[in-house]
Amino acid sequence: MSDGAAELFYSKVSENFPDAIEEVVDFRGERTLVVAKEHLKAICQLLRDDEALQCNLLEDIVADDMLPDFPRFALNYHLYSIPHNHFIRLRVPIEDPEEGPETLASLYPIATWLEMEVWDLMGIRFEGNNQLRRLFMPEDWQGFPLRKDYPLGYEEVQFSFNWRAIDEKKPYAKD
Amino acid sequence: MGVEQKLGEMGIVTARLEDLVNWGRTNAMWPMLFGLACCAIEMMGTQAAHYDASRFGMELMRPSPRQSDLMIVAGRVSRKMGPVLRRLYDQMSDPKWVIAMGDCASCGGVFNNYAIVQGVDEIVPVDVYVAGCPPRPEALIDGILTLHEKIRGETMKDWA
Repeated sequence: MSDGAAELFYSKVSENFPDAIEEVVDFRGERTLVVAKEHLKAICQLLRDDEALQCNLLEDIVADDMLPDFPRFALNYHLYSIPHNHFIRLRVPIEDPEEGPETLASLYPIATWLEMEVWDLMGIRFEGNNQLRRLFMPEDWQGFPLRKDYPLGYEEVQFSFNWRAIDEKKPYAKD
Repeated sequence: MGVEQKLGEMGIVTARLEDLVNWGRTNAMWPMLFGLACCAIEMMGTQAAHYDASRFGMELMRPSPRQSDLMIVAGRVSRKMGPVLRRLYDQMSDPKWVIAMGDCASCGGVFNNYAIVQGVDEIVPVDVYVAGCPPRPEALIDGILTLHEKIRGETMKDWA
């Protein structure tokens, strides 16, 4: 992406939402705008409908868990423009996973599924998305496995010193 | 001494019933396709021309559990796949056997995490474990022959 496009994103967003951008991060030619969750949907509307931006593809929604820090969660929205071949990342800090941002389903229909995935694995609830159900995990799964405080496995590694203790607990199948 | 002399050249062979039945079971054992991961490639190699599993009576890999006697679990079983595996096992007609092929199916392998079942023996009773990541076709054939040996040792008391 050219630098001109990155500046264009910044100027367009700051022009329309003067107090929305909290931070601008540039890393290896990729621009990230950190925005508050209240402004997210309006900014996405602008990015999609503006003639010079035309970000008509929501590529992905990625959730981060930065456990010791506060705010603990963050969502990364990757937006891409097929006509202009440029992309932008919006980063939204989330303090309470039960109170996530508003759903983008009315702008990008795929957001329903991406938000379902985020809820399935990270447990961030999106306001207005009533289709949050298990997508990758079994339907009766408890907990959100990609969170950092989720236990990694359910069985210790067997060595000769603890072989018997694990073997006795192991639920071997009967015929 | 007995029936052979009286019947002349009619070609009667006497044997124990257990031996005959076990011979029949070992020499026409149709495995079910249960390829879940990279081990499945080695399983295909076992069956194909170079290693040729039909030397051991396995002409066909059946995609249907109702036509097969042996389930070769080739690959890691996720927790979501577990109920499916058990259901297919229940649909197989008796007598049936299970080979856990590879480290993942035997004990979870390198995937010690929440999503993978730590050994398929938590879901179905396993007869033979084949080690390797993935095991070579020779190792799988060795596992099959070990299973044959186990079946030949079965007595009528085990079938009841």
